[in-house]
Amino acid sequence: MRMMVFAARNTKEIIRDALSLIFGIVFPIVLLVLLSAINKGIPEGYGPDLFHIEKLAPGISVFGLSFMSLFSSMLISKDRGSSFVLRLFTSPMKASDFILGYTLPMLPMALIQTAVCYAAALLFGLPLSINLIPAIFVNIPIALVFVALGLLFGTVLSEKAVGGICGALLTNLSAWFSNIWFDTSMVGGAFKTVADILPFSHAVNAARYAAAGEYSMIFPELWWVIAYAVVLTAVAVAVFSHKLNTK
Amino acid sequence: MEAIKTFELVKKYKDITAVNKLQLTVHKGELYALLGVNGAGKSTTIKMLSCLTRPSSGDAEVMGHSIVTESDRVKAVINVSPQETAVAPKLSVRENLELISRIYGADKTEARSRTDEMLDRLSMREIEKKRASTLSGGWQRRLSIAMALITQPEVLFLDEPTLGLDVLARRELWSLIEKLKGKMTVILTTHYLKEAETLSDRIGIMAHGVLCAEGTAEELKAKAGKDDFEEAFIVLAGEALQ
Repeated sequence: MRMMVFAARNTKEIIRDALSLIFGIVFPIVLLVLLSAINKGIPEGYGPDLFHIEKLAPGISVFGLSFMSLFSSMLISKDRGSSFVLRLFTSPMKASDFILGYTLPMLPMALIQTAVCYAAALLFGLPLSINLIPAIFVNIPIALVFVALGLLFGTVLSEKAVGGICGALLTNLSAWFSNIWFDTSMVGGAFKTVADILPFSHAVNAARYAAAGEYSMIFPELWWVIAYAVVLTAVAVAVFSHKLNTK
Repeated sequence: MEAIKTFELVKKYKDITAVNKLQLTVHKGELYALLGVNGAGKSTTIKMLSCLTRPSSGDAEVMGHSIVTESDRVKAVINVSPQETAVAPKLSVRENLELISRIYGADKTEARSRTDEMLDRLSMREIEKKRASTLSGGWQRRLSIAMALITQPEVLFLDEPTLGLDVLARRELWSLIEKLKGKMTVILTTHYLKEAETLSDRIGIMAHGVLCAEGTAEELKAKAGKDDFEEAFIVLAGEALQ
């Protein structure tokens, strides 16, 4: 019960922040609109294949989730900075109440964010298909990756630092190495290797396969993302629990 | 009955001994002020007593429960108003109060009725719908104390409750704290000596991690041979620091 009460509080803190709505919903839609408009202006066969709405929408749905790290890390670091978390540390709350309370509200938010992104893409020519439903749920592992990173950075970094790490560095890294904006194989070399090691391009590929109905292709990609989600969640939980016990 | 009793409580941070074999007793229902210059060990003592940090050695009992082996039971009977205004900024005053009440186990109906009671008791009705982040420093501090009181703790720790407030807001909080006397045990840390002198039943002065003087304000003044409490504090803390 404590976890649910705390999770409800965290949901309110995030959705009442105008920046969350701007970065979580508005910004990905603006990107979708701009890139769709640019793509429409390019003659068929000349523009990059990645900017076709069928590929762009799943990519932007994954990119939008990178802001989940920013939301969760800002919330945790603000709670630490204001001593709100100190107050809760003296309450009967357990480590699991904190961890689940901070992470669980992010998952429905991630699903809603993805659904809104696909809904906006429908207006720009994405065919309405039953495949969009699995495409929404395929984003859960990458959402967990971003939420775990948010928990980790929010636990160890100051409010100012998480703005830089999660707001700038992480969103840029996840954009460059994701195959959303350009094909990493065109850069090749070490860049392509790093892109293949990191989970972002695999998450985008899984979302694209799901949206296209190519279900047999989803799981080789998604296992990679799930592995990252499991490891990063375990690390974030261990670091948070350690911090709670040594405070 | 003793609300708090420490048994050679020690806290070390690497080479620094912040609290050194502290022997402290606070009676039930008492308002006890813990004073000391910066680094005297009072904040570390409060952190240990509120189960925020584990002692390096020794133990303490809060309402009969060990802070080392029964921290869950201690946490259920205490509450803390930290030095910084520890409130949820995007929640309203009412939501903040209901949140804390529910975290301590109250159901929705009980949390709502306790919140109503607290809003009336602390004259906060006019601001119940305002978000905490929009409140003035004085109101935020009042809310922070209300969040500590709503769980009806047996022991309440007030860490610098009036720090940074103007004189009017401070006097308002003094009157609020004064009303708590006898209803619960209150441990107050403050740098405002007048605050300790006005509000406390007994005062403990810490230096170098130990309790170097203890008594009522009058007893401490007599011990130091001074008529003014601030002068008495300087003599007693100064002697201990030499």
